[in-house]
Amino acid sequence: MDINKLAEQLVAQGKEDDIFSFKVQPIHGDVEVLKVTVEDREELPVFLSIADTQILCISYLFKKDEIISSETASMNEAMLSMNVQMPLSSFAMIDEQYVVFGALSVNSTIDDIVHEIEMLSDNTLEALEAMKAYFK
Amino acid sequence: MGLISKIFTAFRGGAREVGEAIVDKNSIRIFEQEIADAENHMEKAKRDLTEVMAKEMEASRKIKSLNSEIEKHEGYASQALKKNDENLALEIAEKIVELTIELELQKSIQVKFAEHSIRLKAMVKKTGKSIADMKRQLVMVKTTDSVQKAASSINHNYASGSSKLLTAKESLDRIQKRQAEHEDRLKAGEALENEESGADLEAKMKAAGIGETNSSASDVLAKLKAKRS
Repeated sequence: MDINKLAEQLVAQGKEDDIFSFKVQPIHGDVEVLKVTVEDREELPVFLSIADTQILCISYLFKKDEIISSETASMNEAMLSMNVQMPLSSFAMIDEQYVVFGALSVNSTIDDIVHEIEMLSDNTLEALEAMKAYFK
Repeated sequence: MGLISKIFTAFRGGAREVGEAIVDKNSIRIFEQEIADAENHMEKAKRDLTEVMAKEMEASRKIKSLNSEIEKHEGYASQALKKNDENLALEIAEKIVELTIELELQKSIQVKFAEHSIRLKAMVKKTGKSIADMKRQLVMVKTTDSVQKAASSINHNYASGSSKLLTAKESLDRIQKRQAEHEDRLKAGEALENEESGADLEAKMKAAGIGETNSSASDVLAKLKAKRS
């Protein structure tokens, strides 16, 4: 799947959808990444990249050092326990950063991808609200 | 050691740049080469298997026809004996011996090819499994690589752009504040809407002479009179 084509489709879709509207901005680098900004949630963008076999959607939660250190273990446990129930997304860490992510087949339709982004955005916001007590 | 174990061990060892440690260009190339080799190996094994199975079938066919030949000649020999033609019977018996020797040979050939085909089938299955496993690991290696690169692009974007990486707390506060404002606006709008439709209703009722109506001068006068008395 071509990321530029996907970007175009997402832009069109983002304009069409009046409940869930979003903007798409490409980020250039070794791997092409699309930054999808959902309206009214500009602080929590969803980053989308395409690898050989899957499309990855990642949303940043917080850095390890934003968490009260004595609570880290209990928060990790809580996150692991929540993981299965969370629709379409999972918690993970990239280096020092906690993230929520969802992986899709490269054969997914544009509707599948938009649905994934929508879910991921909702899950991110809800997870942050749920984990407020662990923040410094 | 499987790749998951390697990654896990690297994390436990406190490697910061785990992606880089595991995903050097070489490991991807080596993996791809190994997969290509295994696939060639598998193709060859499949071709061999087809050949061996064909040979086994050929031997089975020969066994079947030899068996019926022997049976037939045994019949001939009995007939010769019945006619007391000992010499002919002996000649037929010699033919039977010849056929039996050939039958034993074909039987051993059939067994040999049958065993070979079992070995090849097991090999094809094993190779197929290991190819699937290598492909799965290659996906992991490539994904690790891709995620690392994507993360570095994202971090670079945060660092250079105007959208600096807020703490989760700040982001959450901002979004919730915006949501609250949004909600307030909605509520205000709703209230206004209600008021307007309420005012509308009052006007309609007044026109119909229902509810509170403006008191007329004669009403006021009547009230005053009532008070005085």
